Amino acid sequence: MESSLKNMVLVLFTITLLSSAAVGGVYMLTEEPIAQAKVAAVNDALKQVLPEYEATTSQDIEVNALPVKVHTATVADKAVGYAVESTSKNGFGGAVRLMVGFDAEGTILNINVLEQKETPGLGTKMTDEGNVLLASLKGKDAAQVKMTVKKDGGDIDALTAATISSRAYAEAVAIAYEAYKVASGKQATAGDVATGATKQAEKGGENE
Amino acid sequence: MSNNKLSLVLKGLIKENPTFVLVLGMCPTLGTTTSAINGLGMGVATMAVLIMSNIVIAMIKNLIPDKVRIPAFIVVIASFVTVIDMLMQAYVPSLYSALGVFIPLIVVNCIILGRAEAFASKNGVLDSALDGVGIGLGFTLSLTTIGAVREILGSGSIFGLSLGIADYMPLVFVLAPGAFLVLGFLMVLFNKYLKK
Amino acid sequence: MEYFAIIIGAIFVNNVVLAQFLGICPFLGVSSKVETSMGMGAAVTFVMALSSVVVWLIQTYILVPLGIEFMQTIVFILVIAALVQMVEIVLKKVSPSLYQALGIFLPLITTNCAVLGVAILMVQKEYGLLEGLVYSVSTALGFAVALVLFAGMRERLEFEEVPKAFQGVPIALITAALLAMAFMGFSGLV
Repeated sequence: MESSLKNMVLVLFTITLLSSAAVGGVYMLTEEPIAQAKVAAVNDALKQVLPEYEATTSQDIEVNALPVKVHTATVADKAVGYAVESTSKNGFGGAVRLMVGFDAEGTILNINVLEQKETPGLGTKMTDEGNVLLASLKGKDAAQVKMTVKKDGGDIDALTAATISSRAYAEAVAIAYEAYKVASGKQATAGDVATGATKQAEKGGENE
Repeated sequence: MSNNKLSLVLKGLIKENPTFVLVLGMCPTLGTTTSAINGLGMGVATMAVLIMSNIVIAMIKNLIPDKVRIPAFIVVIASFVTVIDMLMQAYVPSLYSALGVFIPLIVVNCIILGRAEAFASKNGVLDSALDGVGIGLGFTLSLTTIGAVREILGSGSIFGLSLGIADYMPLVFVLAPGAFLVLGFLMVLFNKYLKK
Repeated sequence: MEYFAIIIGAIFVNNVVLAQFLGICPFLGVSSKVETSMGMGAAVTFVMALSSVVVWLIQTYILVPLGIEFMQTIVFILVIAALVQMVEIVLKKVSPSLYQALGIFLPLITTNCAVLGVAILMVQKEYGLLEGLVYSVSTALGFAVALVLFAGMRERLEFEEVPKAFQGVPIALITAALLAMAFMGFSGLV
């Protein structure tokens, strides 16, 4: 078709308008399912890291000046466990987001990886069932565990060839524990978590 | 379906295979094929966008002035990509997060704009749709193959099923160099045995 | 320190071509000569720097306030396409010599997924304006580094006898694999 300024502007405008309308329509249709999918993912994670519960309430607690979401699980209005969504920004590929479950006494029940962008086959092992990171934390009293990887003098076994990913994981668990202490009333305010992950990472020379 | 129409679909598999012959859309080909299922997911998402954009562009081709053809095509393609993006986020969230930034990047996948320009802007709606199916299938097949090879060699599993040999496999195939390596060697095999 | 980490990370550790697989088409297509690949690298750096600023402003002051972040992909690609056109027109008028050097690469950049990819990643990483600019310029430099290195290797390859089935793209991909392995040595640096 011949091009003139008038028809060029008109056609482009019409196409853009129609496209935007279509995209907007689909956005409205999918807004609900997308929100539901996110809620479902959180609920699934909650079920995996908490004991049987009747209801949960959630609150934000500041650790290292960043808000951390804590879900308190209750049975007959009595707290039976806490699930903390904590994030370390110091993963190899970006943020590592965990859901850490504690019982009322501070024992780590289970840990679920909500989000990670680590290297496939190395850092992604943190999502496997029974990996060394989880194994060195699960069922332990959090107060007795030094939450850094063994290389840095802590109690957590690191994933092979994925030290940075493991440090981020350890950091997220440590943040979660600080938030748990406040939520369960053991401590008034959260202490700062020394971010071993960044300091160590800058030294360089390590595998992942 | 007549012979002619069938060949429109089949040509995308071997003769005009987008990955191994036309060498188009290399970014998602290399970036998303860390496992067979990711390759398959990316292939299907791209195919969906390709078919829909081919149909729409074949329908409106006569209404678009020549000089603004490319921008108009890009708007159509980008809309479909956004639609696919939102649908995947809603209904297959885990695949969506695995494919990451490559979903919005379907927009700049040269396969789609290339087919719009080379085929859909010159042919009818049905033929364009079939062309989309053919090229899309070829792309999906290539991506799944590359993903499967990398998954077997790198993590010792296939479609997520462990073959029990994970500890003996060189991890490098899942990492960046493995992507180039596997694609390069598959292309060699393709040249040698399939391309006439 | 923050900026330093972004720069080293974007150029070497997460090299846009060799680790993130963005901008592969020009990487394979334009990289047979060192000279042209330098031109392409310069053009991409220019457009990426410009587009990151414009895209950041649009995201922060238009898309987010209106709550229409879902229009991101459409808006960004249109902005980049328009920007490339404008750069071409302005360059032609203002600096014909620079246009001569970069001109032929500009139309190719619209479909360079590295430009759109960086724009989207920049928004995802929630960088501020300055951080975003530093990130996009270093990413573009990483692209240029990979492109020039690769072109140097391919210039040598031309004089070698390559088996028939390997000729063209396959041997280029295998070369790229070796280069990517070399770049893996940078991981852990930041």
